[in-house]
Amino acid sequence: MPRRNTLVSIAILIIFILCLLVILPINQGLLGQKDFMLGLDLQGGLHLVYKADLSGVEEGDKAEVMDGVIAVIANRINPLGVTESNIEKRGEDRIVVELPGIDITDAQKERLGRTALLEFRELVIDENGEQQWIPATGTIDGQEKVLTSSYFKENTYVTTDPFAGVLLIFEFDEEGARLSEEITSRLIGQPLGIFEGDVPLLGEDGQPIAPIIQSVISDKGQIEGLSLNEASELSKQLNAGRLPVPLEVIYEQTVSPILGADFVDLSVKAGLIGIALVMLFMIAFYRLPGLIASLALVFYGSLVLALFKMIPVTLTLAGIGGFILSIGMAVDANVLIFERMKEEFNAGRTPRAAIEAGFNRAWTAIRDSNITTFIVCGILYWVGSNIVAGAPVMGFALTLFIGVAVSMFTAIVVTRTLLRLFVGSRLAQKKTYFSTESGEGNV
Amino acid sequence: MFDIIGKRFRFLAISGIVILVGIVSLSVFGLKAGIEFSSGSLLTLDFEQPVNLNELKQELAGLGYEKAIVQTTGEGDFLIRTVELTTAQKTELEEGLVASFGPVTERGFENVDPVIARQTAQTAAIAVAVAAVGILLYITWAFRRMPKPFHYGTCAIVALVHDALIALGIFSILGAILGWEINLMFIIGILAVIGYSVNNTVVVFDRIRENLLKSVRPDFEAVVNSSLVQTLIRSLNTSLTTIIVILALMLFVGAQIQNFAVVMLIGIIAGTYSSLFIAPSILVIWEKGEWPRLLKPAGAKGG
Repeated sequence: MPRRNTLVSIAILIIFILCLLVILPINQGLLGQKDFMLGLDLQGGLHLVYKADLSGVEEGDKAEVMDGVIAVIANRINPLGVTESNIEKRGEDRIVVELPGIDITDAQKERLGRTALLEFRELVIDENGEQQWIPATGTIDGQEKVLTSSYFKENTYVTTDPFAGVLLIFEFDEEGARLSEEITSRLIGQPLGIFEGDVPLLGEDGQPIAPIIQSVISDKGQIEGLSLNEASELSKQLNAGRLPVPLEVIYEQTVSPILGADFVDLSVKAGLIGIALVMLFMIAFYRLPGLIASLALVFYGSLVLALFKMIPVTLTLAGIGGFILSIGMAVDANVLIFERMKEEFNAGRTPRAAIEAGFNRAWTAIRDSNITTFIVCGILYWVGSNIVAGAPVMGFALTLFIGVAVSMFTAIVVTRTLLRLFVGSRLAQKKTYFSTESGEGNV
Repeated sequence: MFDIIGKRFRFLAISGIVILVGIVSLSVFGLKAGIEFSSGSLLTLDFEQPVNLNELKQELAGLGYEKAIVQTTGEGDFLIRTVELTTAQKTELEEGLVASFGPVTERGFENVDPVIARQTAQTAAIAVAVAAVGILLYITWAFRRMPKPFHYGTCAIVALVHDALIALGIFSILGAILGWEINLMFIIGILAVIGYSVNNTVVVFDRIRENLLKSVRPDFEAVVNSSLVQTLIRSLNTSLTTIIVILALMLFVGAQIQNFAVVMLIGIIAGTYSSLFIAPSILVIWEKGEWPRLLKPAGAKGG
């Protein structure tokens, strides 16, 4: 037995050193060279969920259309320079976009989900005598069609003219040219509105762009009055990056990276102070076993953090909360064992026998009580994976699960091994090292 | 030796009163649902110059957001909760505030559509229900060697419902006074409390199981009481270490996980109480068929 215990002690020491090598230095780790993975709430960044309007799409084509949408969004994200962007389809018509670690402007955000479909509209007087923009339509092969930028060839470009300023030059394909000819000849002398969705395209002066049609436009046209930035962005999107269907933002979360950094600092402080206070309490209350539990707690903390890095677990604020909570609960297994030991001790057993009996008797309570926590973790993980903003919930479930599982291991293996080491030494002969009181509270 | 079980009706009466106050508050004030569950926008703003909370509220009302809820965070940021905002509306709101209060930095923004909110609320409700059923089944199984395993499972569920009701009641009061909302962190906290509460109850029940199996002709009430006393120090110590870390968390990380930390704190206190005084008491009352006594004036005959 003593020899086996020595071997286990050495194994524990080796695991502990390996854990430290994984954890330190914090931002890379000598072993594995990994940093902690931080969630959006700690790292800052953008989390968006779009719902695609598939109402006009045939059942069989939906998957293909969605793939197209994802490809377009991916193209738009590239220039933002995000290293770990994530775009994925969720359900039939939803797209989740996660861009960690960036500080994104509102304009950039808008551009990601922009349909970039321009619609030409004409001004009519409705029955109430009010002016209204309605889609400009023409008839081709007996079918009424709306003139939009879907008829543009993919050779739109921007140029500057000394008189007219910034010009967005576009060219219609054959069908578009016929449609445009029909519409513009009907509307000569009247304004032609340009809309994106239901919003008029705004010029650099902030006014809607609605030029008066001077002459029939067939194959080529130009849009005047846009700012240079807007024109080049629009031209890019018209050429290659047009979304096949409109998108609606149904969930959005933006966190500025500075805020995230504060969280990490504060959580680390909270964790360290929490551990220190728990250790003080354990030593004050349980003396030598308390000191051993504190050593086991250090081992516990290192092993959990090493696992977080290696698995890797994406740490969110809630996840760190789960970890810190698990520190408090981690000593529970130790407390259960020590209380049991004290009873056996007071019943007149030797330290060695009390330790073994304490561990054996406490085991069923440790096992059964922790399984309920595992059940809750499982349910929370399921919740997290089923809701849109579920990352914090999953993070909490995972960290609490790892925390409780590791705490069972440290209490059963590490604390027991260390206690056995001490029990052979002279320290263990003095009863006062084991408890602060005698016999109170026992039957 | 302490006689805890002998005072069972008194302990039940104390919980009854706390829960009753909570239920009154719940029915009068209700709970304020956060944007995750009711849709809307949450904007976190950091003003360069000091801003007065009431002036900010007035300014928001002036901009057309009379119903906006404004809270301050520990770091001096303002959390502004409004109806769902489009990017254009948000920009307009921010420009309006800059005009009155000077430069402002947007620290965070969250926007939730009603579809998402409904789904989240449903999932959370299902989760709490599944957790309760799962735990009931598990405990019934774990105590299958006892004469009435179902009693143990049910009593553990009563204890966790007790803890959840107390947490909800207190949050309803906090909502009415401080405008606190039930958000996703609250739900995480409630589920963690459920796990913790059952964990504690199981430790006590485990000791009852052991002592019952050990004794030749057990007096149920005496066995439950001595099991309780034997596990008392452990229950209090574990709660204390957990409360220590939660306080550390509250002091440092503050507002961002305020809901989580506070619900955990309430839950752990309630959970410790219920696993020591409620679950074992009900176990004994059930065993002895004392239900009619519960209906008599609370505590009158309990001592």
